[in-house]
Amino acid sequence: MSTPAVNCKGLVKRYGDVVAVDGLDLEIRVGECFGLLGPNGAGKTTTVEILQGLLPPDAGSVEVLGMRWENQERSLRERMGTQLQDTQLPDKLSVVEVLTLFRSFYRAGRPVEDVIDMVQLREKRDVWVKNLSGGQRQRLSVACSLVSDPEILFLDEPTTGLDPQSRHQLWRIIGDFRAGGGTILLTTHHMEEAERLCDRVAVIDHGKVIAQGSPRALIESLGAEHVVQFALANGDSIDHATLGSLPGVERVSAVDGRTQLTVMHVHEAVPALMTLLQQRRAELSELTTHHATLEDVFISLTGRHLRDG
Amino acid sequence: MADARVRPLIELAKWRTREFLRQPEAMFWVFAFPILLAFALGIAFQNRGAQTVHVVVEQGLNADALVETLIAAGGIEASVLAADEAQNALRTGRVPLVVVPGETLVFRYDSTREESLLARLVTNDALQRAEGRSDVRAVRNLGTSEPGARYIDFLIPGLLGLNIMGTGMWGVGFSIVRTRTQKLLKRFVATPMRKSHFLLGYMLSRLVFLVAEVAALVAFGHFVFGVPVRGSILALSVVSLLGALAFAGIGVLVASRAQTIEGVSGMMNLVMVPMWVLSGVFFSAAAFPDAMQPVIQALPLTALNDALRAVLLDGASLFALTGWLAILALWCVGSFGVALKIFRWS
Ligand SMILES: Nc1ncnc2c1ncn2[C@@H]1O[C@H](COP(=O)(O)OP(=O)(O)O)[C@@H](O)[C@H]1O
Ligand SMILES: [Mg+2]
Repeated sequence: MSTPAVNCKGLVKRYGDVVAVDGLDLEIRVGECFGLLGPNGAGKTTTVEILQGLLPPDAGSVEVLGMRWENQERSLRERMGTQLQDTQLPDKLSVVEVLTLFRSFYRAGRPVEDVIDMVQLREKRDVWVKNLSGGQRQRLSVACSLVSDPEILFLDEPTTGLDPQSRHQLWRIIGDFRAGGGTILLTTHHMEEAERLCDRVAVIDHGKVIAQGSPRALIESLGAEHVVQFALANGDSIDHATLGSLPGVERVSAVDGRTQLTVMHVHEAVPALMTLLQQRRAELSELTTHHATLEDVFISLTGRHLRDG
Repeated sequence: MADARVRPLIELAKWRTREFLRQPEAMFWVFAFPILLAFALGIAFQNRGAQTVHVVVEQGLNADALVETLIAAGGIEASVLAADEAQNALRTGRVPLVVVPGETLVFRYDSTREESLLARLVTNDALQRAEGRSDVRAVRNLGTSEPGARYIDFLIPGLLGLNIMGTGMWGVGFSIVRTRTQKLLKRFVATPMRKSHFLLGYMLSRLVFLVAEVAALVAFGHFVFGVPVRGSILALSVVSLLGALAFAGIGVLVASRAQTIEGVSGMMNLVMVPMWVLSGVFFSAAAFPDAMQPVIQALPLTALNDALRAVLLDGASLFALTGWLAILALWCVGSFGVALKIFRWS
């Protein structure tokens, strides 16, 4: 087997009493897009900053591209690209000036003008950062990590706070990088993003990996493809054992006052549910169904949503 | 094309320079403010020809004759006022001396005011002479009002030093901390950028403005107030350069661990305000007690101000400045060295 792009074992990072990262192992293969999926405060940023040699871990070992931060920092930095959460690029520099500045730090890399085209900022080439939209700024931030023509890209919540169109533009940039053979580690609390972009994801919560695998495999681990979610009027409820015995129901869970059934086939489960409700004289206040997503995986693992709203 | 190894340094310096040029308020503080300050103080303390003494004569017998005698003596402005008004003018400090006419002249004045003591001497002298007293010893008066010895001549080099300190400290320290709070510093550290380049970039861009800054204030003093520039441009450049580097170093040191803009602002003031007072900007540092002098003389702003005065006013050669230059160099190396050791890179 070839050397993994990232290999870390037993990472621990504490801030006083808070254990931000709690014994985390990851192995990311060369050429894959790997997602760290977890709610706010799960330890995603702390983890990627440790992996990038920006924070010393309290315990554990890190190898990136087969090298270690302790003795090969410079050559590692030459070969990786990064986009941090909450970096504010210099307000009063233009797009091309910012990129030229970042490009100058690297011995080898891509021409700045090529990168401007890659992230579709040609028209904004001479516009100051402070006059860019949120999406354009985020693309510039990613562009700063592309000027070195890196082998591995670390992206910390690259699309958080962006409108759908800007998000899609970024997905395309990330997809292009991946298609060119690059390795990506990205963090997100956006399940659709993880499903769309990632070959594999690690679901993390409270600084620990609680599930890992391809989005497909994780969803399949629910044992069924659909989710039926309902709530009863007057706050009534029905015991989970009864619901679990309905045809095709694999799993029952309660979230935010709603009941969630993971089912094989909606056309079998829903009529059965209706019949049950009629017998109990319970009245529905809400009923929805959808294809199972990573969000449902997270809910079934933790009983909580990935994010609010 | 610049050598690839110094390109990051040049790009960093360009970044700093651009940010500064694109910030009108910073330009104001660096260029316009010191000139406005120099102008205001220059006007306020301008030599208004020979100084005159204002005296009031209380209404009474021969009051008008007394006034005439005083005015005729020269250097005295005198007028007659009613007794209560005269008393009032004296009490509120509008006149330093009231003369009460009579067989025996009475001088009313506040013996704790220098101005009053002077007025008493001058008035007494004028009246005694008018009555026929003559001097027993010949004297010749030589007033100095030639360039180089006036207040504005003292002030301009002091303001220049003050400006070099202020722009060095703020320009470097403040913007380093801003880079840190914006997480831009962390973003830079994630690249192969050399940490020394980052700090040197600040220093380098400071030098770009230093030339303009020094030239503007010196030229202003010279052409508007006739402040002399007796030393060589080389000496002036070396002193300014070392001064700027010393304060850039102190700016880096102050910024080396600060996490917030408020934190660094407080520390800047803590460092700078004592020097405004102690280092002979607006008045001579010699005014402080001897016991404090060793400390005052070791301060970087004192060394810079003294060296600037020596160059501009006395035409001192570089050789004569060695002591002051050594103090500045020590501050630069020392603060930069310590800053590099304790600097917080995230
Ligand atoms: N510098 C810090 N000081 C104290 N606590 C921190 C610091 N950075 C992160 N934390 C805490 O560590 C936990 C993980 O944070 P983070 O890695 O930022 O999570 P995520 O990126 O997944 O939202 C949170 O509880 C957060 O409050
Ligand atoms: Mg985060």
